[in-house]
Amino acid sequence: MRRFLFWALLCLLAGFLPSAAAQTAAPGSDPGAALLETLDVDSYRDKGEAITAIVQSDDERAREWLQALLDGRLQRADDGRFVVVLDNAGRNWPVEDALTGEALGEMSRRELDRIGINNALRNQLRSAIAVVDLISPDVERRRSSADRLLGEVDEALAETLVPVIEEAEDDYVRRRLGQALAIYQAENGEMAGVEALSGSLHPRARVALNRAASGDDPVVADAARAALASVEQNLKLNRGVETLYFGLSLGSVLVLAAIGLAITFGVMGVINMAHGELMMLGAYTTWMMQQLLPGQPGLALVLSIPAGFLVAALVGIAIERGVIQFLKGRPLETLLATFGISLILQQLVRTVISPLNRTVITPEWMSGSLVINDALSLTLNRLYVMGFALFVFAALMLVMRRTRLGLEVRAVTQNRAMARAMGIRATRVDILTFALGSGVAGLAGVALSQLTNVGPNLGQNYIIDSFMVVVFGGVGNLWGTLVAGLSLGVINQVLEPWAGAVLAKIIVLVFIILFIQKRPRGLFPQKGRAAEG
Amino acid sequence: MSLHSTSGRFWLARPFHERATQIFLGVLLAALVIVTVLHVALPRGHALHVNAYTVNLFGKYLSYALLAVAVDLVWGYLGILSLGHGAFFAIGGYAMGMYLMRQIGERGTYGHPVLPDFMVFLNWESLPWYWHGFDMAWFAFAMVLLAPGLLALVFGFLAFRSRVTGVYLSIITQALTFALMLAFFRNEMGFGGNNGLTDFREILGFNLRSSDTRLGLFIASGVALALGYILCRAIVTSKLGRVCVATRDAEARTRFIGYRVERFQLFVFVVSAMLAGVAGALYVPQVGIINPSEFSPLFSIEIVLWVALGGRATLYGAVIGAILVNYAKTVFTGVMPDAWLFALGGLFVLVTVLLPRGVAGLLPGFTRRADHQPKEASA
Amino acid sequence: MSLLQEIRTRDRVFDFMTPRASRVDVRHGPILYLEDVTVSFDGFKAIDKLNLTIDDGELRCIIGPNGAGKTTMMDIITGKTRPDAGSVWFGSRHNLLQMTEPEIASLGVGRKFQKPTVFEALSVFENLELAMAADKRIFPTLTARLTGEIQDRIEEVLETIGLTGLRFQPAGILSHGQKQWLEIGMLLMQRPRLLLVDEPVAGMTEQEMERTAELLTSLAGKQSVVVVEHDMGFVRSIARQVTVLHQGSVLAEGSMDQVSNDPKVVEVYLGADDEEIA
Repeated sequence: MRRFLFWALLCLLAGFLPSAAAQTAAPGSDPGAALLETLDVDSYRDKGEAITAIVQSDDERAREWLQALLDGRLQRADDGRFVVVLDNAGRNWPVEDALTGEALGEMSRRELDRIGINNALRNQLRSAIAVVDLISPDVERRRSSADRLLGEVDEALAETLVPVIEEAEDDYVRRRLGQALAIYQAENGEMAGVEALSGSLHPRARVALNRAASGDDPVVADAARAALASVEQNLKLNRGVETLYFGLSLGSVLVLAAIGLAITFGVMGVINMAHGELMMLGAYTTWMMQQLLPGQPGLALVLSIPAGFLVAALVGIAIERGVIQFLKGRPLETLLATFGISLILQQLVRTVISPLNRTVITPEWMSGSLVINDALSLTLNRLYVMGFALFVFAALMLVMRRTRLGLEVRAVTQNRAMARAMGIRATRVDILTFALGSGVAGLAGVALSQLTNVGPNLGQNYIIDSFMVVVFGGVGNLWGTLVAGLSLGVINQVLEPWAGAVLAKIIVLVFIILFIQKRPRGLFPQKGRAAEG
Repeated sequence: MSLHSTSGRFWLARPFHERATQIFLGVLLAALVIVTVLHVALPRGHALHVNAYTVNLFGKYLSYALLAVAVDLVWGYLGILSLGHGAFFAIGGYAMGMYLMRQIGERGTYGHPVLPDFMVFLNWESLPWYWHGFDMAWFAFAMVLLAPGLLALVFGFLAFRSRVTGVYLSIITQALTFALMLAFFRNEMGFGGNNGLTDFREILGFNLRSSDTRLGLFIASGVALALGYILCRAIVTSKLGRVCVATRDAEARTRFIGYRVERFQLFVFVVSAMLAGVAGALYVPQVGIINPSEFSPLFSIEIVLWVALGGRATLYGAVIGAILVNYAKTVFTGVMPDAWLFALGGLFVLVTVLLPRGVAGLLPGFTRRADHQPKEASA
Repeated sequence: MSLLQEIRTRDRVFDFMTPRASRVDVRHGPILYLEDVTVSFDGFKAIDKLNLTIDDGELRCIIGPNGAGKTTMMDIITGKTRPDAGSVWFGSRHNLLQMTEPEIASLGVGRKFQKPTVFEALSVFENLELAMAADKRIFPTLTARLTGEIQDRIEEVLETIGLTGLRFQPAGILSHGQKQWLEIGMLLMQRPRLLLVDEPVAGMTEQEMERTAELLTSLAGKQSVVVVEHDMGFVRSIARQVTVLHQGSVLAEGSMDQVSNDPKVVEVYLGADDEEIA
């Protein structure tokens, strides 16, 4: 099968290249050496023929040579050997022998002579590499090669592609090549291509359809316009999904930031204005871990999860013991005192670490994105943060619903005096609750370090938003926080395109103020006499 | 007792019969006279000469003091902790700034007869509608009261009607000023964006850079503070003031004896916002600039610290607190700027934990009566 | 009484704005009329189809085990809680469900809370002054002067509640019993048509209890009084008409003797808790 394909493609190349290549291999020696020799000529036309020859040579090293040639890394040393430059930064370049693949150490750029190419050759090389790749045993390579052919197909290639498409084992490759063919056909005003491209999201497909729409044949032009409309429709849908994704991503950050606040506020009636700074500490913990474990950002990040929780929780306990316990029953004073703490923490970071932002490295498994289709790809770091937010939420739910601590916390929330009378040590519950809420803030910081800059103002930027989430969702209700956080995130992202980021924020704030008119106790209020407090 | 001996009088006359107010007004008057005399009568270079810079600085403190009195009126007596009073201050300041901008006339960098420089710079063709009228002093000065008053009216109406109180209200007011800050940062708003309004030349025909004008503004700030203080004192010594305290301590109960609590809250809130607006209007010509940073939540919460430090529900405590903190800020930022935020943060903690009555609580003759430790409803 | 007239004609400026019926209409007998009132919190029915009629000038005691819905009923009458269904009329003209708490209060419904709530930062005198029936709009309140007439009335009530000596002390320093009395005094200053009194004698000595009983019975006739109380001795000493609430609706109604012999009532009390009904 693969053999057949290969020959089909060879014919194709032979067809569209200037002429058939002349094989001038010296007998006895490596045939590759002769092939490369033909490249080192002055005429670009001859070089083109040499390239064709290389493709047809069935030599395993062909792809590597072509790629090196394309990149300008295929060079000839002063001693006549062909070498591939591995890294052309600096004065001395590490090289390897193009024929044997043997490392030759470093060579001075003066000893080397590049085999030049021009634009026409560059195009030819790209197609040639794609063709070579299409028959590669590696599926990934076949796929990316098919991707590259979109919009690059010409008459000769088109003909050859037909059987290739039929024979392709891989679904993705078949679809992609089909698309590539359809784009070529649509550009030439062929009905089949236009029809096939209906709803296709690739930008080249739209270019092709646009061309077809302004073509001579009215029937085809109409069909192209219809196809374009369906493409637009599809694009809109995908943009919607993308907005939703960004909204949910922002929302999950808000949930992470707000949920710790919801716990301390809901249970203790304590407004902790330093909550944002606890997040900041979590983010800095991540940075610190990465400094301690250089070269292992992934491991450092994973370890930061418990570390960030602990650091923030300990600072939280210090705040509770040091300040908040003396302000029991005076929520407004607590608000002011914790605000003071937030100023101190911020300034502390500025003085001790730096007023400038620190970079936290995103580990490899979290970077990149998940490609859904040509118009939609989801960045992985956001996906991870979303998952993390849900995980934290579920864990908190479990703690509140299934553990002794959760039971005591709920008891204290509902009736402090009664809970004490029943032997619950309310002070201990306060400390643990505050530690829990603060620890979750630390976790939020760890997550945020993957999305934004880590700086002394990190917390400040989220504090008002997270309060809005708590107010919107209703105090003392974790579900409310989840729903409120996600919906505020989505609302924000939906508004942003037409209102701008700042105005979107303002609209959301006004919306919440108006919302409180209707439901002063948030989306999920506590009902009954307990709520009257 | 003193309260009942004055309760039969006309409400605006009552403060003059109070010992504390008499002392306060006396001290304020003495301060105004002394500074003026030391500035005008003594030659430059004399050891006791108060230079124009210092007069200007004192004038700034006095406008801050008026702002603090406005915050104390709502926080101390009504139990509403507004973390957004900076917004009213800033709006009053912007109203004044718009007047001062229009007074520049053709003397701006671009020399446009009507448009302020920043609008010319943004290629605006004509004045936005809300800039009209600000070339007239009476209109601008009316706006200094009306614009913050209107914002407070709308916001307060919505908030109090739905019985948003306690920390919720604090958070919402903070969100309000935050939203306004974001809005004013936008160039499209027509208030000069990031840079705000500046390069003022004259007020009511007086050159803003002359030391006489600065002295005049200083005295005007002192007079405004005195008037604002008397008005607030008259409110808190009236029966309405007692309704406020009743609302602060037991809102539901106040409702059940027949007072429409939300209207009282709204009334006092609007009065307070207007006073804050006046303070802002006096502040702007003295510092020569108004920009969106006055809307920052940090500034609003700092005002609350002044009041807390001075001692809430006393009014004169607010004045003391505003002057003390701002003097400390001037000194600190001059000597070691980095330490200021530590000092400020520490103050927040120390005052709330160790000095709940503020400095006023340390003064001799501080009566517990009307200023009995306020009890707050938990949210 | 002139002050009372004043609050009843609150909107003096425009005649056409005068409320249709500012005067409570009791020509048909009842001053308070609750019909099929139901309210539930999270599915729990605190009040279940409650029907209750209070006649003008009547003194009514309401008893019932904990959770019978007594306080919730008070909340509904005073506008604090909105019922899910049913209607509440004050006289035959005023639908209380369409009015706010201050409106209901100025109409003449006074309430004493279970837990005494007085304005602790204000003096005893000021507490009474605020409660007094007067024009309670903003500007009249701002410009209000303390006239000799008002002072006399406050002194009179101070005398009645026995707090004359403490009149310039902040209410916060009063004992529990004294706070109860101050609250009753505030009710008297309001001159309500209907007094709702929630557990008036909790925390009172035997003597104070007697005086309270005396005061409440002396009020009846001029004003209607509804007393919610746990103390059966106290109820027996003042009650003419007793209503027993159970699980949010009326279980029995009648004189104290009738009620305490009702087998249903006995069962509820003996079954629900150890409290004796007699």
